[in-house]
Amino acid sequence: MKKLLTGNEAIARGAWEAGVVVCTAYPGTPSTEITENAAKYDEMYAEWSPNEKVALEVGLGAAIAGGRALVSMKHVGVNVAADPLFTLSYTGVNGGLVLVSADDPGMHSSQNEQDNRHFGRAAKIPVLEPANSQESKDFTKLAFDISEMFDTPVMLRTTTRVAHSQSLVELTDREEKGIKEYQKNPSKYVMIPANARHRHVVVEDRLIKLKDYAESTDLNRVEWNDTKIGVITSGVTYQYVKEVLPEVSILKLGMTFPLPQKMIMDFADKVDQLYIVEELEPFIEEYVRSWGLDVHGKDTFPLIGELLPETIAAKMVQTLGDCSPRETAEPDQLQYEVPPRPPVLCPGCPHRGLFYVLNKLKVTVAGDIGCYTLGCLAPLKAIDTTICMGASIGTAIGMEKARGKDFARSLVAVIGDSTFIHSGITALVDVVYNKATTTTIILDNRITAMTGHQHNPTTGFTVKGEPTKEIDLVLLAKAVGVERVRVVDPFELEGLEKIVGEELAAEEPSVIITQRNCALIDKSRNNPYSVFPGACTGCLRCLKLGCPCIAKEGKKVRINLAQCVGCGLCATVCPSEAIRKEGSAND
Amino acid sequence: MTDITNILIVGVGGQGTILASRVLAGAVQMTGQDVKVSEIHGMAQRGGSVVTQVRYGKEVASPIIPEGEADIILAFEKLEALRWLPYLKKDGSILINDQRIDPMPVVVGTAQYPSDILDIIKKERKEVFIINGLGKAIEAGNAKTVNVALLGLLARCLKIDKKTWLDVIRETVPFKLLEVNLKAFEEGWNSFDR
Ligand code: SF4
Ligand code: SF4
Repeated sequence: MKKLLTGNEAIARGAWEAGVVVCTAYPGTPSTEITENAAKYDEMYAEWSPNEKVALEVGLGAAIAGGRALVSMKHVGVNVAADPLFTLSYTGVNGGLVLVSADDPGMHSSQNEQDNRHFGRAAKIPVLEPANSQESKDFTKLAFDISEMFDTPVMLRTTTRVAHSQSLVELTDREEKGIKEYQKNPSKYVMIPANARHRHVVVEDRLIKLKDYAESTDLNRVEWNDTKIGVITSGVTYQYVKEVLPEVSILKLGMTFPLPQKMIMDFADKVDQLYIVEELEPFIEEYVRSWGLDVHGKDTFPLIGELLPETIAAKMVQTLGDCSPRETAEPDQLQYEVPPRPPVLCPGCPHRGLFYVLNKLKVTVAGDIGCYTLGCLAPLKAIDTTICMGASIGTAIGMEKARGKDFARSLVAVIGDSTFIHSGITALVDVVYNKATTTTIILDNRITAMTGHQHNPTTGFTVKGEPTKEIDLVLLAKAVGVERVRVVDPFELEGLEKIVGEELAAEEPSVIITQRNCALIDKSRNNPYSVFPGACTGCLRCLKLGCPCIAKEGKKVRINLAQCVGCGLCATVCPSEAIRKEGSAND
Repeated sequence: MTDITNILIVGVGGQGTILASRVLAGAVQMTGQDVKVSEIHGMAQRGGSVVTQVRYGKEVASPIIPEGEADIILAFEKLEALRWLPYLKKDGSILINDQRIDPMPVVVGTAQYPSDILDIIKKERKEVFIINGLGKAIEAGNAKTVNVALLGLLARCLKIDKKTWLDVIRETVPFKLLEVNLKAFEEGWNSFDR
């Protein structure tokens, strides 16, 4: 049976078919749906781990114990997991272990654009790159075989276009692999220097065997056509090349580390001109150049952003007139301005009130990764920095240490509940330990909202929806040594402003927990509010909230009744009591 | 690969474009053709500009549509129709929901919402259909079925029989909402007059 699946759904299915028993992850676009779908299969244990490092550690535990394990994360998540990864390459596995790295060329939803094939090379583990959903499933299964065959973790690298595109996939049944026998083997699994030195030799030896494998596996294949031009490519880019350059010969690499050198040299030999079309980094290109081959790569195609079919066609035409790319349309130059439509905090979002207050108080805000990052946009404009998961508190400490305690009197770190557990907690320990006076605001909306509402250790549920113990953030902050911990409803603007003021003034560490459910999981939808035109003076104060339901109309404002969830925040900030619950206005 | 049909569904996060594209892809799959869908989500759930690309035919390689090659654009919002217009073939058709949703830069006054969007588009392309999707949805009995009403309009332009569409909607939409969605589809289907 053929089913239309996204790359992520196909990877989850592939893991199930491959007999995987443990799936772990921290949610992150574009990887999130892998674990969401894996959790639907009863045969597999699945978890949202507090962060990617823990996810990999749980996965490697399962693998060493003899079960197959799938660990997934977005590209920047691998930075967090890199520490265990590099050593896992030395110990090897027992049951197969596959690490999915979902990269995001074009930064549709990420803070940078890294190419994680570099991680595969640095950790000396094989990297596979599927080009569509069918391959996502097939390569996942094959990756487990390779993992067990060569006793190594394997990286399955996808990109947003593979992860989120749907194409048809042939489904098959699950093959139970059972659990391999576990044998105590400290020289393999205890990486004290004496053991690790031996294991490094094993790693290098394994790499040589993997190179041979790369030459013979059908993961890498040539599609002969006209030999005037030969293109080496991988991942979704292969599909683009096939579409716009139907007449060229293609070497499609399903395995991009280690590379099949002989196969590439042979291909290069048989074509007149060699092109390497790859998204982001010149990863394949640098190898091929180092072998003395003459190629076109990043001299022709962009290094930055997603590589699009039309770009490939256009660049090939520019450099070489006779490769007859399929005709593409003339780009249409529109003559008018189309205003951008950036994402915004949802109507009724619990973060809105806090950012309104922070903006009003004109404090410096060290930010973090989550829905609340959107508080940086106009009109709230309340965030100064956003670096990576868990960075806000450490950033605030650094600012204070550099500029002094006075500066800290108008400085806060903001961080979400899930992000705080992910990697904020260690920095909060640092606040206390190293005598900073940082005010940390934990925006506790009871869910991991940005990635699509996943559970985390503060919500009381697992990825399979089973109830579990829920972490008490107040007790946790106190246990770390913060004495001033306060909980506040972010919709009570007056109280919130007062508390923020007091904690900023305090010359000791403090934690404020703003607690209210994310508007998208809050079931208590109230009557909408509307504007009583007679009372509205046109001061436009309410527009400062950045609620997408409130728009300017003439000199006054109007509320979109269909969208408004009745949170009442706009009524709170209106100085003229012109905003009232629907039903009470106009009468 | 010239037998490929390229359809772009564009709108604002939260309008239900994804459900519409799933039904479309499901209907195509039932006709036995190859189909690929590309949607980017993440930030887009928060009221940003969203686009889903559906391609089908005998064999489809790339999941994304090059600029200027869409046969049809189904736009859930006027400004988004204008934003994605360059993707439409010169002789392609665009179906527009006559609804305005102000993006934040317009709300805060740093940008202008063009007032003559429909005129601009009509000048650029010949096949322009405008539908009051919200009106159709309300007639069907639920303002939230705009997406299925628009799908009904799109369905009328494609060579897939009506029964297939209805079957896929039955499979996709939760049972509680089925009746009103089938009605909305019908409203959209009947609003096509050429
Ligand atoms: S998803 Fe929830 S937390 Fe995120 S912006 Fe919307 S209401 Fe706010
Ligand atoms: S009550 Fe006001 S702030 Fe809240 S969602 Fe409605 S319009 Fe927006």
